[in-house]
Amino acid sequence: MSAVTGEQPRQKWRGLERRNDVVNTLDRIFFWLVVLGAVAVGAVLLWIGVQIAISAWPAIQTFGLQFLVSTTWDPVQNIYGALPQIYGTIVTSIIALVIAIPVGVGVAVFLSEDFIPNSIRTPIALAIELIAAIPSVVIGLWGIFVFIPFIRPFYTFLYENFGWIPLFSTVPRGNSLLTLGIVLAVMISPTIIAISRGSLIALPRDLRQGALALGATRWETILRVLIPAAFSGIVGSIMLALGRAMGETMAAAMLVGNANQITTSLLAPGATIASIIAAQFGEAGRDQVAALLYSGLILMILTLIVNILAEIIIQKFQNVE
Amino acid sequence: MATAEGKFSDSRRPQINLTRSARTPWRNSFDTFMTILTGAFTILILIPLVAIVWDVAREGIGQLGIQSFTELPPPPGLTEGGFGNAIIGTLITLGIGAAFSVPLGILAAVYLSEFGRGTKLAYVVKFATNVLAGVPAILAGLFAYTVVVLTTGTFSAFAGGVAISVVMVPIVLRATEEGLLLVPQEIRQAAVGIGATKFQTISRIVIPAALPSIATAVTLSLARAGGEAAPLLFTALNNNFWSTDVWAPIATLPVLIYFYAIIPFKAQQDLAWTAALVLLGIILTFSISSRLLTRQRFQ
Repeated sequence: MSAVTGEQPRQKWRGLERRNDVVNTLDRIFFWLVVLGAVAVGAVLLWIGVQIAISAWPAIQTFGLQFLVSTTWDPVQNIYGALPQIYGTIVTSIIALVIAIPVGVGVAVFLSEDFIPNSIRTPIALAIELIAAIPSVVIGLWGIFVFIPFIRPFYTFLYENFGWIPLFSTVPRGNSLLTLGIVLAVMISPTIIAISRGSLIALPRDLRQGALALGATRWETILRVLIPAAFSGIVGSIMLALGRAMGETMAAAMLVGNANQITTSLLAPGATIASIIAAQFGEAGRDQVAALLYSGLILMILTLIVNILAEIIIQKFQNVE
Repeated sequence: MATAEGKFSDSRRPQINLTRSARTPWRNSFDTFMTILTGAFTILILIPLVAIVWDVAREGIGQLGIQSFTELPPPPGLTEGGFGNAIIGTLITLGIGAAFSVPLGILAAVYLSEFGRGTKLAYVVKFATNVLAGVPAILAGLFAYTVVVLTTGTFSAFAGGVAISVVMVPIVLRATEEGLLLVPQEIRQAAVGIGATKFQTISRIVIPAALPSIATAVTLSLARAGGEAAPLLFTALNNNFWSTDVWAPIATLPVLIYFYAIIPFKAQQDLAWTAALVLLGIILTFSISSRLLTRQRFQ
């Protein structure tokens, strides 16, 4: 490893240096290209928000915050209020979560512990993930022609026997807030299962062994040790699922009934922000488009809040790990 | 306590079953109950999956034939026909979407895994990507409508592609980054050790090594975006005729299913089921193969 001294090697070095300049420039260009790509992806989110806000500006100016509490949606007179859609979005999301949280977390636990052999567990986990891959328009189609005829007798039963409860006080037709809520539960469960299962599996083995050594039963270990330890991951998965439920469009447009009203009955048709945009945008006039974009902006803000919270909660969990 | 002690002293068997000994009947039955309950939930969640796939196959198979891929949809009142134009339209919009999202996603992923580890910019980009993945697809449609449709003055395949690319970018980025992170650090060090620059290391060593993962990332994003109807509703719109014009409205499978599901003609509804079968077949194939590939590599 002696120093280079001879004439020839020195020339060689000079050649290498010259080549180095080219290579270094290429390196520089590549670096900035990659940074540009990263910044561009980050900027897309901002761009979407700004673009929708600008396009909704005429409606924001006309209706202001009144838009959030007004129930009129009248394209003929160009008076718009989004409360019924916001109400429908929130109600269907709550129904979906009420069903999907116990089912999702339960299945996540069942598939993360060794209740059944690994050779059955992995295919089941894969099959559940596939529900998330089914296009929502196909689920909507199935909902219209298979699920609604299937569930209608049950709705009729609810109405005839429990019609005195405001929640079931309308004659069921099939398309309703409850229908969409149930279908949304199916669509968001895989999200809860996948992420909750991931955070349960990631827990150190010592936790399980410690609890079992202290005499806890398997489910006492799960409920008092494992679930609290994976809590932020599970809550994060629920928030992500909520975001998906609020923004789901095609199944909503096909199953909720698209009736712009607020009723206490879950058996009555309703509307969500996404469903009303999907159903009306194509035939909307100039002012209505602005109003729909304003609705879209509200949806964007709602889902952004939920997603950002989910992201923060999940990252906190990863840092603890 | 007393019962437990009694059990211990009473026991004549030399071996004590430790997993049972301290358990009261209530604790045992609670355990059994919870196991059965969550097992039932697992079966419950699989039912809709099986039902959807089964029903789509049952309803769609009758109409499926060569004409499904080669013919135009029938006008209302007539039967027969296919959705060849929508299959081509889906391929075109996906192609445009991929042309935007794949290079951008890969560049950003290279930054995150090769240059930006631990930097503030990488943190922000990652955060934004995860949030972007959660943005409802219909907002991607509104975005493309305001940016492309309002600017060019017409609904078009191009606008649909832009909307689809917004859906694809976070998927491409996250899956590619994961693939790049799986490339062993030693390979990078070896390349740098023999005098390669960052660019040479990445372009000749890291990316070729991660190529299968990148292919998986692209497949996954196509599977996810191919089934989206919401971003296409008011960007690509629809078209009842053959069209390959990028600057004109174009038919796509998901949008065709949506429109034909909600109109009251039996022939169109049948066509919607057949189109759903074809779409489901394409997407599940993509989705299953990409997931199996990833799974194998992790093991």
